[in-house]
Amino acid sequence: MTMEQWIERALFACALFCSLCVTAVFGFLVYFSWPLFLDAQGLAAVFSWVWKPFMGSFGILPMVAGTFGLAVLALGIAYPLAIGVACFTHGLAPARIRNAALSLVYFMTSIPTVIYGFVSVFILVPFFRDHFERGTGFCLMTSAITLAVLIVPTIVISLRAEMGQKSEEVRLAARSLGMTPAQELLWVLLPCSGRGLVIAAVLGFGRAVGDTLVALMVAGNAPVVPRSLLDSIRTLTAHIALVVATDSQDRSYHSIFAAGLMLFLIMAGLTMVIRGLAMRIGKGKERHDSAA
Amino acid sequence: MKRVSIIAITMSMCALLVAGTAHGSELDRFAGLKGTIDIAGGTAHIPVMNEAAKNIMKFNPAIRITVAGGGTGVGVQKVGEGLVDIGNTGRALSDAEKSKYGLVSFPFAVDGVAVAVHPKNPVNELSSEQVRKIYAGKIVNWKDVGGEDAAIHVFGRDEASGTREVFWEKLLGKGDVAQGVNIVASNGAMKVAIAQDPHAIGYLGIGHVSKDIKAIVIDKMTPTQENAKSGSYTVVRNLYMNTKGQPSALEKAFIDYIKGPEGAEIVKRSGYIPIPD
Repeated sequence: MTMEQWIERALFACALFCSLCVTAVFGFLVYFSWPLFLDAQGLAAVFSWVWKPFMGSFGILPMVAGTFGLAVLALGIAYPLAIGVACFTHGLAPARIRNAALSLVYFMTSIPTVIYGFVSVFILVPFFRDHFERGTGFCLMTSAITLAVLIVPTIVISLRAEMGQKSEEVRLAARSLGMTPAQELLWVLLPCSGRGLVIAAVLGFGRAVGDTLVALMVAGNAPVVPRSLLDSIRTLTAHIALVVATDSQDRSYHSIFAAGLMLFLIMAGLTMVIRGLAMRIGKGKERHDSAA
Repeated sequence: MKRVSIIAITMSMCALLVAGTAHGSELDRFAGLKGTIDIAGGTAHIPVMNEAAKNIMKFNPAIRITVAGGGTGVGVQKVGEGLVDIGNTGRALSDAEKSKYGLVSFPFAVDGVAVAVHPKNPVNELSSEQVRKIYAGKIVNWKDVGGEDAAIHVFGRDEASGTREVFWEKLLGKGDVAQGVNIVASNGAMKVAIAQDPHAIGYLGIGHVSKDIKAIVIDKMTPTQENAKSGSYTVVRNLYMNTKGQPSALEKAFIDYIKGPEGAEIVKRSGYIPIPD
């Protein structure tokens, strides 16, 4: 057998192993939450809007709402910021400032989440408590801002990778048309990076949905559907973290597997939808290219 | 993540100790023993466990003791699944837990649970009825209980907390708790939340009360360890160590040490009341 074949096989084994792990996690979650699905009453109890485990209510829907609210808001704050940073560092900034900004972005990826949460508890939470009439400061808004800071580097790095690639293809053409770097960015590079823009958003969103510690430390963890940005929320991840240590015989314990399953399905569904979208964008561009 | 758990590898601390208090017959029971004891669970237990571990390992370096947190629920699970040797709980085990894992419990200290507010809050006293209504979301403004005109910021503990269980059973009478209550995951986090927020109310182990927060008099009962001991403060709980089956020789020595006279001193220094053997 040739070297290439061996390498091919090794890579295939890696891919297979990863897919098996994901499948196993999925199977595990289904297995543990299965008792709930067999019992129609239990299922209705889990997919309800009230979480009062000591009163026999095990609804996880407020946590689903909390997760989505937080992730959407955090992405809404982080995404424009990150696009700005990516564009700035891609061609607009003088080299020295660019390098400083980039090393800051890379440094941010290595800051542990707990540090963000901790700083937020002592700075952002009191700020919101003191400057707004309502709430304790532990709320949707504070956690969204904290989370936005956390996901900006993820989006920037992913976006820059795509822009770097595309830039190779279009730079000479753009320059020869006499475009300034700003024009090149705005009219050529960004429109060409549609796929990268979508993927960066998905990565950022995934990071926001998956984060546990920021929500746990800053969001207040009240299992309610937020009606204001200053309301306390609980995310699915924080919910699992809070409940996982309870008496393992309890029904609330089984409901967190349903929460885990939910989280898994949300992410899988989202990824698939957006992958499809990105592919369509890619194809549309190809058609465009061939037509031209 | 798991909740933030402090793993104190106390071996390194030994070297820093200039002179220990450990001597005499109490530690003699560890002579000739060796091995490791891994401890996890209730966060209230940690200061007691750490100090005992330090003394024991200094006396006999052949013994290694690790102490981790995680909360009462984690204590039950870890000792039950055989991941640690001693699982600490801030409440008595349920029958289901006992029978599933075959756990044996050793109560060693009494801890009171106090209701606390920010030191600047003019409210010093509440009835248990008022506390119930505050937690049920029926009283939402401090002026209704003799305070200033401001919304009450209610803080509670997570589902797995032993402190929450005592508070809910003994003070709320298993009454309704509003869903809008903010949840924090440890006694330490509760203290931070209350100390920062002039309109907060929360509850935590009496051992954690300091000048940063103000403990509230409930139904004329002042929450101090003395009153908890004498029985005149009734929102109390026991702290337990639990082993899977009967403890081994080393584990038994550890438990006897905690429950002995020297352990009782450690328990007192940590802010709890020892339960005599």
